[in-house]
Amino acid sequence: MARRATPEVNAGSMADIAFLLLIFFLVTTTIEKDKGIARQLPPKQDEDIPPPPLKEKNIFIVNVNQNDQLLVEEELMELKDLKDAAIAFLDNGGAPAGSPEYCNYCKGSRDPSSSDNPIKAVISVQNDRLTSYEMYIAVQNELVGAYNELRNREAQRLFGQNFVYTEVKNQINEGKYQGNVEAAEEKLKQVQELFPLKLSEAEPKKRGE
Amino acid sequence: MSKFKKKKGGELPPVNTASLPDIVFMLLFFFMVVTVLRNNELMIKNELPKADEVEKLKKDRSVFIFAGEPSKQYQAKYGTEGKIQIGDKFTDVSNLQFALTEAREKLRPELQDRVVVALKVDKETNTGLVSDIKEELRELNMVKIIYIAAPGSQLDN
Repeated sequence: MARRATPEVNAGSMADIAFLLLIFFLVTTTIEKDKGIARQLPPKQDEDIPPPPLKEKNIFIVNVNQNDQLLVEEELMELKDLKDAAIAFLDNGGAPAGSPEYCNYCKGSRDPSSSDNPIKAVISVQNDRLTSYEMYIAVQNELVGAYNELRNREAQRLFGQNFVYTEVKNQINEGKYQGNVEAAEEKLKQVQELFPLKLSEAEPKKRGE
Repeated sequence: MSKFKKKKGGELPPVNTASLPDIVFMLLFFFMVVTVLRNNELMIKNELPKADEVEKLKKDRSVFIFAGEPSKQYQAKYGTEGKIQIGDKFTDVSNLQFALTEAREKLRPELQDRVVVALKVDKETNTGLVSDIKEELRELNMVKIIYIAAPGSQLDN
């Protein structure tokens, strides 16, 4: 018997199969894009070591109650004003000229009753246990925003208009920075030292305390 | 002379679909590569708060903690109080350390001491629960955390 040539496989339905798979993956895909506010928690401490002394004027107290209302430095405040108030406090530079704590890059009002310099200034957030998480994040976001704005300003002053702190930091994180990454990281560090992030969080209060 | 017959005018030639499978395959491979199959089903309501001063999360070194009120089908069993979920089960605050150590061991060994804890917390949760979680994290010395947020600003609404 003569051997017959094997018939060609009909590939017409290939597209259908591929489509089916494609639709399956389309449906199950979740392109995740997780972004958030990064924070470093303070390490565990012994109870008996007393906290370092801080001057009252160097602490900026933000209180959030169970109804998500803000009390900033004993005054009721709207969320939208928080960032500016924090900037005014951090950038104050109240130490007199000539003293070792004098802040030569501050552009604030130099009110002697507010913070001495940004390195001394601490923002303390006090939450109630019943504060909503949404409000908590909003407050943190505004405060980080205040720091970022000041850091951007200093970065631009020191390293030129094109060196925006937040943008450079994001580019480095995503590996997209054009140029010398190590030098840029060094510059970021320098800016961070001018405005160190000092956000303290007190133990949340229980209702009624 | 009719040697050169005029072609019948008007009719369009059919579109060649031979390369259609190739195109579809290309798309298929794209989606196969980017797909992350969810391995833990969310048992809680998880609507994230908004923030704009955000940084990107490095996924290879992160442990996820979810918190929020249980979703509808679990409310009968677990109530409506905020709960913590790690992996695919609910965890109690007292049991958190164990669950976190377990989750950390699933990461690549060289990244285990640089772990970042990603907190995905529903926006209606009480801050008290979050601070309990943070207290446990401090105990475990996992101090790098990131509050996952949705893009946008809360000042807009």
